[in-house]
Amino acid sequence: MSQSAVDVPPKGGFSFDLCKRNDMLTQKGLKAPSFLKTGTTIVGLIFKDGVILGADTRATEGPIVADKNCEKIHYMAPNIYCCGAGTAADTEAVTDMVSSQLRLHRYQTGRDSRVITALTLLKKHLFSYQGHVSAALVLGGVDITGPHLHTIYPHGSTDTLPFATMGSGSLAAMSVFEAKYKEGLTRDEGIKLVAEAICSGIFNDLGSGSNVDICVITKGNKEYLRNYMEPNPRTYVSSKGYSFTKKTEVLLTKITPLLERVEITEVGEAMEE
Amino acid sequence: MSIFEYNGSAVVAMVGKNCFAIASDRRLGVQLQTIATDFQRISKIHDHLFIGLSGLATDVQTLYQRLVFRHKLYQLREERDMKPETFASLVSAILYEKRFGPFLCQPVIAGLGDDNKPFICTMDSIGAKELAKDFVVSGTASESLYGACEAMFKPDMEAEELFETISQALLSSVDRDCLSGWGGHVYVVTPNEVKERILKGRMD
Repeated sequence: MSQSAVDVPPKGGFSFDLCKRNDMLTQKGLKAPSFLKTGTTIVGLIFKDGVILGADTRATEGPIVADKNCEKIHYMAPNIYCCGAGTAADTEAVTDMVSSQLRLHRYQTGRDSRVITALTLLKKHLFSYQGHVSAALVLGGVDITGPHLHTIYPHGSTDTLPFATMGSGSLAAMSVFEAKYKEGLTRDEGIKLVAEAICSGIFNDLGSGSNVDICVITKGNKEYLRNYMEPNPRTYVSSKGYSFTKKTEVLLTKITPLLERVEITEVGEAMEE
Repeated sequence: MSIFEYNGSAVVAMVGKNCFAIASDRRLGVQLQTIATDFQRISKIHDHLFIGLSGLATDVQTLYQRLVFRHKLYQLREERDMKPETFASLVSAILYEKRFGPFLCQPVIAGLGDDNKPFICTMDSIGAKELAKDFVVSGTASESLYGACEAMFKPDMEAEELFETISQALLSSVDRDCLSGWGGHVYVVTPNEVKERILKGRMD
């Protein structure tokens, strides 16, 4: 413990020094914590000019909705986006990490990233942790070789598909795709189909809910339509709000005035040659 | 019994108009026995950034010490305070580092960013950030807190009204939770001052 406190920043990767203590607590009868999961419906499909990704926006903690409007479509590269299902911390960490690696790779090669590069980096990481990093991903993008769509499972296996769904609502969404997908969809048809698939996940799966996010990626262009559809608005909102008849009783008040924030503008001379 | 129910806690943060409020209960217990009634769960990182930690009390204190250490190093290197968004990413990274043997606590971070825009976020014990525009809750009383805040929150409240709302939400929620309560500790932060108040609640 003292070593890692001094050795800042730590070398990276996971640190296992609290595992023994947590095991001891579990043996004493205290249950381990539950993590934030993204119940989720995530989908992707390939249309005439590129790829469309879609996701719902509900994050759950057990049976409780922790976040009603979270973002599940993560940025990987200007031409590649990734939807994540499973444990929220794992999907965020793994997509952030691979996004950084892709950027470094772009600087080194001087070329735009390819979807297959992101795929290989993700599957190598997930396989090496044997499924304990619980991230199920739908990766899509358009690179020099064309549009690509892949699914990645927590244990590291991948599929390359024209349309894909993942998450607890994947069956509901897949039923819509299997019925209505055809090759060579236009942009509007594709968006409509993705929105329909996500909605079927939102309304039929309890782990998915709230709004629909859509991301359209074409050659040289991307459009992130955050909250494209909001089929679940809050119905009864009282405009007056809550009025409290009895005020809270305060025992002690301490006011600390803060110094005004001073903007320091550096006025210096340029370096001499 | 879950590990989070060992000590009991309740933390909530709310956003107002150019201000924010963060509140916690004050009980420290060992399962059903109350050990202390003045436990500090909310700590200051710098003038405009507060962090409230719920969960196992030992991890609350250790994690707080680690974060203060990292922030002081940042201040020495960058010669300025950390922005709330940056701090949230730092906390998330520190928690995710321990993914397979986590710190057993859930932080609530509240701060005033650039242009005095309030920022709040919470995380689960492995660092999954949850940014919200209205309120965030954490602790054993979180289910009641979700309900109370959902009903009582209004957008763009001024500091006094925000204080009243967050106090009422906190006290009514901890009344429904055996493991948290024994008063409340509320910080309301505006660009010019920090008002720290201790609330009288049911002492049971």
